[in-house]
Amino acid sequence: MEAKNLALISPEGLRIDGRKPDEIRDIKMTVGVLENADGSAYVEQGNTKVYAAVYGPREVHPRHLASPDKAVIRCRYHMTPFSVEERKSPAPSRREIELSKVIREALTPAILLEQFPFTVIDVFVEIINADGSTRCASIIAASLALASAGIPMRDLVAACSVGKVNGVLVLDVTDTEDKHGEVDMPLAMMPNRNEVTLLQLDGVLSVEELEKAIAMVSKACRDIYERQKNALKAKYLEARKVN
Amino acid sequence: MVPGELLAEGDYGVGSYTYRENGRIYSITIGIVEYKKGVIRVVPLQGPYIPKVGDVVIGIVTDFLPTAYVLDINSHYKAVLQASEFVPPRKSVLTEDLAKYLDIGETMVCKVAKFDKYSDALLTCRDKDLGRLIDGRLIKINPAKIPRLIGRKGSMVNLIKKETGCKIIVGQNGYIWIKGKEPKLEDLAEKAIRKVEQEAHTSGLTQQIQSMLQVEKGG
Amino acid sequence: MMSKVRRKQIMEALSSNKRTDDRGLEDVRNIEIRCGIVPNADGSAEVRLGKTLTIAGVKMNIGVPFPDTPDMGVLIVNAEFLPIASPTFEPGPPDENAIELARVIDRGLRRSEMVDLKQLCIIPGKAVWEIWVDIHALNHDGNLMDASAMASVAALLTATLPKAAVNDKGEVTLDKSARQKLPIKGVPATITVAKVGDKLLIDPCLDEEEIADAFLTMTFIGDKTCSIQKRGEKALSIEETLRCVNIARKKVEELVNAVKEATGYGKN
Repeated sequence: MEAKNLALISPEGLRIDGRKPDEIRDIKMTVGVLENADGSAYVEQGNTKVYAAVYGPREVHPRHLASPDKAVIRCRYHMTPFSVEERKSPAPSRREIELSKVIREALTPAILLEQFPFTVIDVFVEIINADGSTRCASIIAASLALASAGIPMRDLVAACSVGKVNGVLVLDVTDTEDKHGEVDMPLAMMPNRNEVTLLQLDGVLSVEELEKAIAMVSKACRDIYERQKNALKAKYLEARKVN
Repeated sequence: MVPGELLAEGDYGVGSYTYRENGRIYSITIGIVEYKKGVIRVVPLQGPYIPKVGDVVIGIVTDFLPTAYVLDINSHYKAVLQASEFVPPRKSVLTEDLAKYLDIGETMVCKVAKFDKYSDALLTCRDKDLGRLIDGRLIKINPAKIPRLIGRKGSMVNLIKKETGCKIIVGQNGYIWIKGKEPKLEDLAEKAIRKVEQEAHTSGLTQQIQSMLQVEKGG
Repeated sequence: MMSKVRRKQIMEALSSNKRTDDRGLEDVRNIEIRCGIVPNADGSAEVRLGKTLTIAGVKMNIGVPFPDTPDMGVLIVNAEFLPIASPTFEPGPPDENAIELARVIDRGLRRSEMVDLKQLCIIPGKAVWEIWVDIHALNHDGNLMDASAMASVAALLTATLPKAAVNDKGEVTLDKSARQKLPIKGVPATITVAKVGDKLLIDPCLDEEEIADAFLTMTFIGDKTCSIQKRGEKALSIEETLRCVNIARKKVEELVNAVKEATGYGKN
């Protein structure tokens, strides 16, 4: 907070990495990267790099965690110790426990859980390198991993963050913008259904700004959603054109 | 198609791997869309094995219950095989040592006799060509690729059988048993099956497999 | 597991915009706030919201500032959902629900800048006041979030700390006879809106929570939002999300006034 006066927006209206306020970083999405998992994906969003793997549906251990009318979802968001500037202890922090919960809840609405009673679907997310918006990149990757595991879903889940730096609303917040900016607001949605599955605000916004931020970030989610669809098709469907 | 993708609007029947909302039909999985007799369905390209009554599956004995065997059938549901199918009628299944009849690790060809998503699948070996496998090799492929491996009216698997001379049993659950005259032929059959799994979505695959098998046999 | 009859009763009441306890959709249960009930704490408050009961205690000590904020005091929120409060709570370290609650309340307090942490710096980079807010649930009948946030705010508003000074040797000395209130910049309010069926309602009781699709917890400072957390296993449409914000916004004044009245804040 010390460096609030840090110039995060140039006189030309550009951000420190040269992006326009409503521009997201380059995103690379690859599906099916971990052989042992039933579904997996790797997402690189600028310098934020994330692996997601899905195991299941499978038997629940311990057994009493099973639910008789639907599959149970477990989610573990975890940062590698070397993913941040100062080594992070590998033991789960309170932040990681909270993020595991909100990511699980961001994915759950999309999954047709009632098809697999008594089972568990495990979602594992590893942050390899963190440069802001890690929970959004995690949701993008986990959603791809779920789809590639053949888990029935109503829609894919896309996610993006919106921030406020030097009074300007900006999309896809980097670590520096998060630390020195005024606001960070990640949002996840099922774009086809126009439904929000994750929303967290950390910072002060007027209700009018909030509405503007939601409109801005939901547009970005639609863009990311198209890329997710393309990544899945590249893996499973485009290959049909060979020969 | 990918999950959430719009398939159609209007008065269509909702087939497997789709759902309808506000008059629109969407896919729920990665797959290929099929329109047949006014019904839209998606044929999945990926996904877990879901047991279906009548499916031939291959399972591995993993545990004993008081009167039954528990089998792994490569599914999120366990499968159960009644011990009474193996213990002679004059003996009691309750007092017999079940391991005498089928031991842990035994590989069984079975049929799904009963299944609903709320309980374990019930298997049976009481039919022709079902029972214990004692030799050959067991491989596992993605269950979603099994229909392609079998091919139209069994064309693909029959081709592999014919060209390699191997006996092949395809479990709907993704487990496949191969038994050939010599390991080299089993290798070849396995290679062909892996190729089908890898390239299930390409067209003209039967032809490719045929020429591959013939070239490799010749060499 | 809730019985189908109870679920039906709740849904039927909601369909005519009523609750089973006769409340309207946007009515808060009866609020009782008691401050200063823990003499050994530097600040404390117990909040009863209907049958939900929760207590927040504030303890302060001299600590070291975070490296990135060397001239600011430290505020830490922790929550425990102990077995005393509900048959479903188990002993052990805080679970994800308790951790989420603590972190949501922490963000609300921090981002509202309720406590002026700059004034809690004693020696920049070396010694600052550390404020610990510990929340303990005592009886869980829904909406522990709003009740606990209110208890935390009330405990902070009534907390006092000894006067700190630095002597010639550069050591921090405390004058325990001269206690003063915390430097307060404003009073935030935390409001949770629950979606049950197609209705949006505030201050859900436990049964309503159990059948709710989703929740939106918002902290306001004045007419601005400073923290939001969507919770729950189902989605909210964008339109519903914005409706939640507007429902909550209308309640801010009522909740802030309840806390001000109980704590006497702003009277002297």
